[in-house]
Amino acid sequence: MSRWKIAWRSVQRRGLASALTGFSMALGVMLVVGVVSIHGLVEESFRNNSSIGYNMIVGAKGGSLQLVLNTVYYLSEPVENIPYSYYQEFLSAQQIVDYRDQVGMEELGEERDGQFNLFTKLAIPVCLGDYYGRFRVVGTTPGFFDNVIYDPLEGKRYEFGQGRNFRTSSDEHGYFECVVGANVAREHKLQIGAKISATHGDPEGELHDEHPFTIVGILKPSGTPNDRAVFVNIEGFYLMDGHAKPLEKEDDTGTTAVAGEAEIPNENPESKKVFRPISVREREVTAVLVKTVNQVVTPGLSENISEGPSAQAALPVKEIYGLFHAIVGPIQQMLLLMTVMICLVSGISILVSIYNSMSDRQQEIAIMRALGAGRSTVMSVVFFESIILSLGGGLLGWLGGHFLIGLASPQIEERTGVAIGFVDFPAIRLNDHLDVQIIVDLINVLGRLIGAQPVQNLMLPTELWLIPGLLLLAILVGFLPAMAAYRTDVAKALSANP
Amino acid sequence: MKGDQPLGKMLSLENVKKSYVEPNGDLLPVLDIDHFDVDVGEQMVIVGRSGCGKTTLLHVISGISRADEGTVTVDGIQIGSLAESVRDRFRADTIGYVFQTFNLLPGFSALENVMLGMTFSRGRREAGRARQLLDRMGLSHRLSHKPGTMSVGEQQRVAVARALANRPKLLLADEPTANVDPGNQQQIVDLIRETCEEENVALLLVTHAPEVANQFQRIDRLEEVNKIAIGS
Repeated sequence: MSRWKIAWRSVQRRGLASALTGFSMALGVMLVVGVVSIHGLVEESFRNNSSIGYNMIVGAKGGSLQLVLNTVYYLSEPVENIPYSYYQEFLSAQQIVDYRDQVGMEELGEERDGQFNLFTKLAIPVCLGDYYGRFRVVGTTPGFFDNVIYDPLEGKRYEFGQGRNFRTSSDEHGYFECVVGANVAREHKLQIGAKISATHGDPEGELHDEHPFTIVGILKPSGTPNDRAVFVNIEGFYLMDGHAKPLEKEDDTGTTAVAGEAEIPNENPESKKVFRPISVREREVTAVLVKTVNQVVTPGLSENISEGPSAQAALPVKEIYGLFHAIVGPIQQMLLLMTVMICLVSGISILVSIYNSMSDRQQEIAIMRALGAGRSTVMSVVFFESIILSLGGGLLGWLGGHFLIGLASPQIEERTGVAIGFVDFPAIRLNDHLDVQIIVDLINVLGRLIGAQPVQNLMLPTELWLIPGLLLLAILVGFLPAMAAYRTDVAKALSANP
Repeated sequence: MKGDQPLGKMLSLENVKKSYVEPNGDLLPVLDIDHFDVDVGEQMVIVGRSGCGKTTLLHVISGISRADEGTVTVDGIQIGSLAESVRDRFRADTIGYVFQTFNLLPGFSALENVMLGMTFSRGRREAGRARQLLDRMGLSHRLSHKPGTMSVGEQQRVAVARALANRPKLLLADEPTANVDPGNQQQIVDLIRETCEEENVALLLVTHAPEVANQFQRIDRLEEVNKIAIGS
């Protein structure tokens, strides 16, 4: 019979006390798992999303963190706008002409290479400020889905579960096509062909019912904040009431429309309303998502933009890391510390439970000693008992923690856009803390032999620390009772036997 | 230390003294034995009134307690010279012990209690041997029963099986029938004696029951062996 079995029998014999102490450990570990998982995955998601296909966000001067939160995560209050012409500084003359043709305009700003175009691989305009229910409405160009690779490591692009991307101008719906994120479609039970209208400024704001947008595509869930946003054609967005920047004098297009409103051609006043895009001077964008040609030019370009009078450039990765280091990290550490304290208290309850049982178990220990068990053997049995309670409780807590995370997953995803499954384990990148390049190289050499994809990083699941942590705790709390077992006077305990 | 003892002696005590320290610090002598021995395979009984040091004698022989003076030799080994851990292992390998109050572990089944006796020895841990012994004790139908669900007679038979599980060379039985009803007394004595005889195990049985003692050829009175008991 193994010592583990002897220890297990002892745990069984004190069923209720064992169950309660194991349960208290389970609760502690459950909290640790909850905190580690949720924070780890949210952090990972924040960091991943901060580089989804672009590495710079250009917007109005102000708080750069607010610009990032607003643009990437659709959080925080909307920021001020910058002129559309500033966005065009990131485009080439050809891009400007091509887009002008798509829109169907004769003129759309100066047809020249923008001053930042040389450093720009991709520039996507984003207009914010409207809502559909509680979800943000994003005015943008089709390039948002055609050109952005949101997971550069795996080359993932946004995919459509149903339908297609919206077009700049379509025969069917004009400028009023839109695409909805997976969560929006689910919550509002939206289908392809449905028409939706945004509210201005906030979820309870004035309804833009002058022309609804037709849903032409529903995104597949991507685990990004874009699952909970509505993407409308920027041209249609500009045509909604209050979205065009008011001009001080009548424009020169020969129309009767007031700048910033939809225009009705003079020649056919009775016909159905025909909308024409607004001019460049009336246009503004909230932000421009920029992917630079390479990382080398990014700091210089960012500095150049921010030093100018019109805009600022924010680097999402830097901002998010800063946010985590300044606020989220310390909160996470505090929560972790609290949960570790809970585990310690649970450990002490194991100590008390086993230690209190020692006086009753003097006889058992004496019997085992009389049968030939050494002091170290009975000591190890007590340690094993402590390990069973700690690791057993810990395993239950780990399962319980992940089960609860799995249960809460839909709510978490809905509120944060982060998808967390039952078996998602947050991991730390060892490369950030240790020089593990040799191990990475070795893995890649071995991987090549079996045709595996090369790895860049060595990831270690954070929760793995629970195993040595709980073992150490078990040994610490088992020490006093184990010493009591070690010191048992066999002759005396046997003589005291009733 | 093997070799000093005449061939055929399983147990030998020479000039053994043992005292306990009383709460006030005084020494309380319990054993003072000039000479005592048991032959290989011999079955003998020690009788004596309560408090004359019977249990202490068994503790000293088994190495649970150390003698203050003198030598205790079991199977040719002076156990007083062994380090504690070696003495524990020696006890597990060589000596079986039947307690007056059975001392079965309540959380273990009958079979597990018997196998526990094998756990700490160097010998093979044979479930078959444990089952065979319990079968021999008439308990083949109670293998998975916990001690709390068994009668006292059955519990003591499990204890006997546990003491014999390691194929010991010396079996120490401390009042094995004291807590057993008269109907089971004889059965337990018979089982102990028969099994010891079959396996050539030396038996030292301590009792104060004349009806048990009278069945043995060799009966030693502790009062005659232990000078402290003589004086008390």
